[in-house]
Amino acid sequence: MAGRKNNPAPEPDPQGGNPDSGSGSERDPRAGGIPNGGTLGGAGTLAEWLTNGGEACDVVLSSRVRLARNLAGHLFVHRAAKDERERVLQTCRDWILGANVCDRIMWVDLHESPQLDRNLLVERHLISKQHAKGKPAGSGGAVSPAADEPRAVAISIPDERLSIMVNEEDHLRIQMMHAGLSLEECWKHVSAIDDKLEAGLDYAFSPKLGYLTACPTNVGTGMRMSVMLHLPALKVTGEIEKVKRAATDMNLAVRGFYGEGSDAIGDLYQISNQTTLGKPEGAVLTELQDSIIPEVIQYERHARNTLLSKRRAALDDQVFRALGALTHARLIAADEAMQLLSLVRLGVVLGIIPNLSVQAVNTLFLLVQPAHLQRVLGKEMDQEHRRIGRAAMIRERLTK
Amino acid sequence: MKCESCDNEATVHDTLLREGAWVEVHFCEACAAKQGIAQPGASLNDLLTNFVLPQIAGEAAKRPKPAKARTPVCAECGFTFEQFRQAGLFGCPSCYTAFESLLLPLLERAHEGAMQHVGKVPKRITEAASGKESVNGARALAERRERLEREKLLRRQLDDAVKSEQYELAAKFRDQLQRLLDSSRAADPSRNA
Repeated sequence: MAGRKNNPAPEPDPQGGNPDSGSGSERDPRAGGIPNGGTLGGAGTLAEWLTNGGEACDVVLSSRVRLARNLAGHLFVHRAAKDERERVLQTCRDWILGANVCDRIMWVDLHESPQLDRNLLVERHLISKQHAKGKPAGSGGAVSPAADEPRAVAISIPDERLSIMVNEEDHLRIQMMHAGLSLEECWKHVSAIDDKLEAGLDYAFSPKLGYLTACPTNVGTGMRMSVMLHLPALKVTGEIEKVKRAATDMNLAVRGFYGEGSDAIGDLYQISNQTTLGKPEGAVLTELQDSIIPEVIQYERHARNTLLSKRRAALDDQVFRALGALTHARLIAADEAMQLLSLVRLGVVLGIIPNLSVQAVNTLFLLVQPAHLQRVLGKEMDQEHRRIGRAAMIRERLTK
Repeated sequence: MKCESCDNEATVHDTLLREGAWVEVHFCEACAAKQGIAQPGASLNDLLTNFVLPQIAGEAAKRPKPAKARTPVCAECGFTFEQFRQAGLFGCPSCYTAFESLLLPLLERAHEGAMQHVGKVPKRITEAASGKESVNGARALAERRERLEREKLLRRQLDDAVKSEQYELAAKFRDQLQRLLDSSRAADPSRNA
C-alpha cells in the first residue's frame, strides 16, 4: 500500500484497526482486524472464478449477473450533490453490512482508497472503470474532484463472488460472478441477495416499467447477464466476426475482457443481454444458458478441432512460439502477454502443452495487469520496470 | 402581552414573512392555531401544511412565471428532457413518469418493442397488492416515505432560501430539518449514522 494517505475522516472503528491499515474494512468477528490489503490482490488469494474450473471451462472463464437498483426518493447518482451521495452511501452501508448477505464481507470506501487499490478492483472485475474514477457531482453541491465523490464497494471474501457497488451509475449495482458456465447459479444467488437488500432498502420501482434506473437502457429487470468466453480458435479462423454479427442480431452485446469499450485482448469476449424490459429474467437466462452460449461454445470447439486435425503443425508452432516468448522475454507489455497467454491457454486445454493447468494460465491473465503486477512485486513502478518485472514473474510462474 | 386577535395572553411569538417584510406576531395558543402558526410541540407536518406550504405557494405565485417551457420538466427534480437527451441519464425515478410519453418510443427501440415490465417484483409490492402485508409494515413504510418526502421538501426550501440570501428563513428550515432527521433516527434505527 505504498503512498496510502491517511483516512481524512476516520470513523470510529469497532475493531480498533488503525487508519493506515487500508481502506477495506471487514465485518467479521473472526477476522480480528482490518486486512491490510492481503485479502485482495495478493497472489495468495484468488477469486473463486479463477481457481475453479466450472462447466465448459475450456471455453468459459466466468458467468456474471448484475442487478441495477436505486433508492426511492433520491436523485440518481449523477445528479446528486456530495451530501446526498453521502446519505445514500450511509443508508446502503448500514443495511448491506447488517443484512447477512454472505459469511464475510469487505467494505471499501473508494473515495478514500489509493488509485492502485481501485485499479486492482477493476482488474479483478469487482468494480467498473467508471466506479474507480468516480463521477463528478451534480450541480448545487461543493465541487470536488470526481475521485473524492462518496462511493464504495462491498465484496464477499475470500471467494469474491459478490460485489455491490454503491453510487456507481445507479445507487446499487449488485454483481454475482461464478466460474464456468453458471448463469443459473449466479441468478439464483444474486436474486436471493437482492431479496435481503430490498427488505430494508426502499427500491425505486414502477409496476409498468419495473426497476427504475438512471439510464433507460437498464430499466425493467435492471439485469445484465454476461459470460466471459475464450475464443482463440474462432479468432484464428476469422469466424469470430460471424459470432459478433449473429449476437448483435439477437440484441446481445459483445465486449472485451474489461467490458464496455475495451478490446478483446487475449481473445476474451463477454457476451451479454441488452434487453431489460418486457423479458423476464428467466427468459433471458434460458436464451443465453441453454441456447446461445452453448452454440458459441460448440462453434469454438469445432474450430479448435479443425485446427487440430487440419492445421496441427501451424497450431503447435504458434502455441510453442507463444510459450517460448513468455518463458524467455525480458521485457513484456500487458497486452502482448495477454495475447501470448491466450495461445498458451489454447495449447493447455487441447493437451498440446503438458504439465500446466488452465487455472495457472487464468491466474496469469490477471497477474500481468499493471495494478496486480505492482501488488505482487510489492512496489509502484514505471512502465519500463513493470515490463521487466512482468517478464520475470511470468518466467518464474511458467517454468517452476 | 396580549394576543393580536383577542384579549387572551399571547403565548406564541413568531416572525413571519408578510408581503416581503418580516413582522413579529403574538398570539394566544388558540388564535395561533387558527393562523396556522406552529407552537412548540406541534408536528412538523402541521407546520408544513399550515405555514410553510402556503407561504411557499404564495411566494411562487408572486414570482413572474417563466416563459412557457419548450421542453418538459420533471416536477420532482427539475430535470428537463433536453438535459436527459444530453446526459443519456434521468435525474430521479420520477423522471420516468414526467417524460413518459416522450420516453416510450425510446424504450420501444431499446427493448425490442416492449413497454411493460415482466419479471421480478419487490416483495413489498406483491404483498401490498395481495393485501398480505401486515398493517404495521405498511404503516411503517408509508411513514418512512412521508418523512423522506418532507425531508426532500425541506432540503429544497433550505437551498432556495440560501440561494435567495434569506438566511433567517434558511435557519428555520435548517432547524426543522434537523428535528425531522432526529425524529427519523429515533423512529427508524436503520437510518442511524
